[in-house]
Amino acid sequence: MTLAPVHHILPLTTIVRERVLPVKGNVLVRLSQKVVPSDIVAEATWAREHIFLDVARTLNISADAADKLIHCQTGDKIPAGATIAAGRGFLPKTVKSPREGRVVAAGGGQVLIESGESHMELRAGIPGLITQIIPDRGVVIQTTGALIQGVWGNGRVDTGVMINLADKPDSELTVSRMDVSMRGSIIVAGEVKQADALQAAADLPVRGLILGSLFPSLLPIAREMRFPIILTDSFGVLPMNSAAYRLITTNAKREATINAEFFDRYSGARPEVIIPLPVTSDPPPPRDVDVFAPGQTVRLRRQPAAGLIGTIVSLHVGLAAFPSGLRAEAAEVKLENGEQLLIPLVNLEVVG
Amino acid sequence: MPSSLTQGDSLLAVDIGGANTRAVLFDVVEGEYRFLASSSAPSTAEAPFKDVSEGARNAIASLQTITGRTMLDAERRVITPIQADGSGVDIFVSTLSAGPALKTVIVGLLSDVSLESARRLAETTYTRIVDSIGINDHRKPDVQIDALMRLQPDIVIITGGTDGGASRSIHKMLEPVGLSGYLLNPEKRPAVLFAGNQKLDDEIKELLGGVTSALRFSPNVRPSLETEDLEPAARELAELYLGVRKRQLKGVDVLETWAGGNVLPTAYAEGRMLRFLGKVYSGSRGGILGVDIGSSAAVIAASFKEKTTLGVYPHFGLGENLPALLQYTSLEDILRWSSLDVSTGVLRDYLFQKSLFPSTIPATKEEQSLSQAVTRQALYLAMQTAKRDFPRSVRKAKPGLLPFFEPILVGGGALGDSPTAGQGLLLLLDSIQPVGVSTIILDRNNLLPLLGAASVRNSLLPVQILESGAFQSLGTVVSVIASANVGALVVRARLTYDNGTETLADVKFGNLEVLPLPAGESGKLTLQPQRGANVGFGPGRGGTVPVSGGSMGVVIDGRGRPLVLSEDAGRRQESIKKWLWTVGG
Repeated sequence: MTLAPVHHILPLTTIVRERVLPVKGNVLVRLSQKVVPSDIVAEATWAREHIFLDVARTLNISADAADKLIHCQTGDKIPAGATIAAGRGFLPKTVKSPREGRVVAAGGGQVLIESGESHMELRAGIPGLITQIIPDRGVVIQTTGALIQGVWGNGRVDTGVMINLADKPDSELTVSRMDVSMRGSIIVAGEVKQADALQAAADLPVRGLILGSLFPSLLPIAREMRFPIILTDSFGVLPMNSAAYRLITTNAKREATINAEFFDRYSGARPEVIIPLPVTSDPPPPRDVDVFAPGQTVRLRRQPAAGLIGTIVSLHVGLAAFPSGLRAEAAEVKLENGEQLLIPLVNLEVVG
Repeated sequence: MPSSLTQGDSLLAVDIGGANTRAVLFDVVEGEYRFLASSSAPSTAEAPFKDVSEGARNAIASLQTITGRTMLDAERRVITPIQADGSGVDIFVSTLSAGPALKTVIVGLLSDVSLESARRLAETTYTRIVDSIGINDHRKPDVQIDALMRLQPDIVIITGGTDGGASRSIHKMLEPVGLSGYLLNPEKRPAVLFAGNQKLDDEIKELLGGVTSALRFSPNVRPSLETEDLEPAARELAELYLGVRKRQLKGVDVLETWAGGNVLPTAYAEGRMLRFLGKVYSGSRGGILGVDIGSSAAVIAASFKEKTTLGVYPHFGLGENLPALLQYTSLEDILRWSSLDVSTGVLRDYLFQKSLFPSTIPATKEEQSLSQAVTRQALYLAMQTAKRDFPRSVRKAKPGLLPFFEPILVGGGALGDSPTAGQGLLLLLDSIQPVGVSTIILDRNNLLPLLGAASVRNSLLPVQILESGAFQSLGTVVSVIASANVGALVVRARLTYDNGTETLADVKFGNLEVLPLPAGESGKLTLQPQRGANVGFGPGRGGTVPVSGGSMGVVIDGRGRPLVLSEDAGRRQESIKKWLWTVGG
């Protein structure tokens, strides 16, 4: 019995996602509220920078003596240029705050002021129903629809109508394929090999890119793009896997949400495309764990057929030997083109 | 007779790695400890399981199937101690390396003294140094505070000041650590290890006690300017590491309960074992080397008479960090190790693809060639990094080369799982580039760290396992230091077997020679270096050494040290293919 990782490519499922702030903040929605992806569900504010004023050292006095001269206390709001402490004598030295801020600590002859504000708005990311409020942190949202997980995302979220530019799973997205009618849409393509294609998408601008693969050298540019980019399969030149391709292209012209969050193998966060679909009753949620078994649809993660979809015909008894010389648990997999290959189980993931 | 033997303690050990979790069973057979069986299962630190104990249970369940012995109860908990019906084990120990490298900030005074010690200390476990604060750091305290707030380190290591020495400068260094800790949410506060001037312990407690997630103290790593002693601090850091991991990874607390608190970081446990071996076996000429490379990190442990060094390098690990390898090397430098003509683009794609799926294995010849090239370069870089910290007093045949090591112990998925013993040995010779005569021992079941963890509970077990043949000898390697034209004779070798028969070999520069000597057999190897070549006895000096056999017999590496590969890609690939063929393909 070998546990199998599961890669979700599902035409209809119930999707439950937790959306939480990285720091404490305010939750702006209520339980059972319906949200759209662009809705702000929580927000947080924190100091942009800190100002450390060592009064004792500046005035060249002891910490205790400095504490007696400090005019402010924790929580005080300080305008720019405000005197924090002044020494004694004929020409006393003063310690002033260079910027406005709020005192967060004062004592030991020192003052720490927080200054400026960084504000974060947490968007719903998916359309759905708020099923749980996590106090000061965020929410849990539930929705139904098609779910396509990816392997890499650039950290952005957006929603738009999908336009399919992938005549085939390996169709390259080039500048010439894009025009102004695609502004505000999510574009589906097989591969991107040139930086100018990403720039052209940004210039339109698009609401997102769903790609099979991307040249690794383009990653720095992709990370900088303000719209979400999700890779369904890999880096380099790899067509979009047929299961994702079929599901995405058959739903072209529908509205979809790309949540291109960073893949975090520990938390389980993965980039994904969600295509909301109406249902009469909630379909079952996806299975996160499975056990390899004949009949399962699988995706091959490595060569000799990386990215291809197949079906497990049988599980190999004992360890199988591979052309690399390695021996491992394996399965006979029949690919969609009819070819049958022996593949190490660790190189497979169940699609479902 | 030691109590452990009279009690006949059985011991179950589990190593939780980044990709795989291994379970190993030891027990007494005919009055001595023996390695009975091992099994493995995928690690479960990651989603969807997010519980390392699940992988441990799966590996133990598999071990149950192999041995026919029950070790888990109905609720899948380890049964300890052994029960009347024979189920269970007496002792459970565990080692852990799963999880991302801990973000670490080092704080010290002088960059080439206490900060260097802090860096070396951080490298004794799975850390990634994200910032350092020292006396020569010209950032203002508020900038340092904001940096710490942004980085949110898991661990802060503070060193500095000789015992009884300066304290004021250290206070200044502590301000940003204390203030950022104060400002951070309690669950984001770092764990802090203070390993500096011991006189300051009480003040540190007062300053940082309330603003850290954990605060530990160790004896000063630099009790005086001339002395460095990392060992006690490394032990504290290992504890701190486990404390952080307990907060980050579910299931570590379960392992700790089963083990009665006896869980160690894998690399630390390996270093512990190397230290022990160093005391027992290392001679005056050199030390003992332990090499391990897997998904989480490359680990180089070296034990000399006066000192043991341990270097843990997550950035040279072969898992999710692989693309970061390119910050330390170029695609061309990796490809120089490949026997196939592969483009840099293909290699770049491979590195990024492998990082997406770290637990996958190469199934094709091309991917295997790429995988081994990457492993060679990562291990080469790890070795080059580790040797900076070897004691200067250790004798070397030539500046820049490694000291003499005997034996060299090799573990880790990437080395232990080589398709053939020859491929594994060649990978090691290329990346480590040992010198002189060394016995190469393969720890195929990654027992070494587990024995290190077991030694805490049972000091006899590791000794008996080491002598039981649980480790596979690859054979004896003679690495020749020479500079000559390719094809010129550098060493004449004569292997005299115990039965009196002989095998002769003329080793030419640029070649490898393999003299068969099966495992369990021994012989005498007489070496006559030519043209000033050095096999460990000095330039041009010959001698006879006893050698023990192994799966590869005696291998004489006449390629010179350092190993220089041809600039011409075609010629280089031909050479690599020839060397591979020589060691059995």
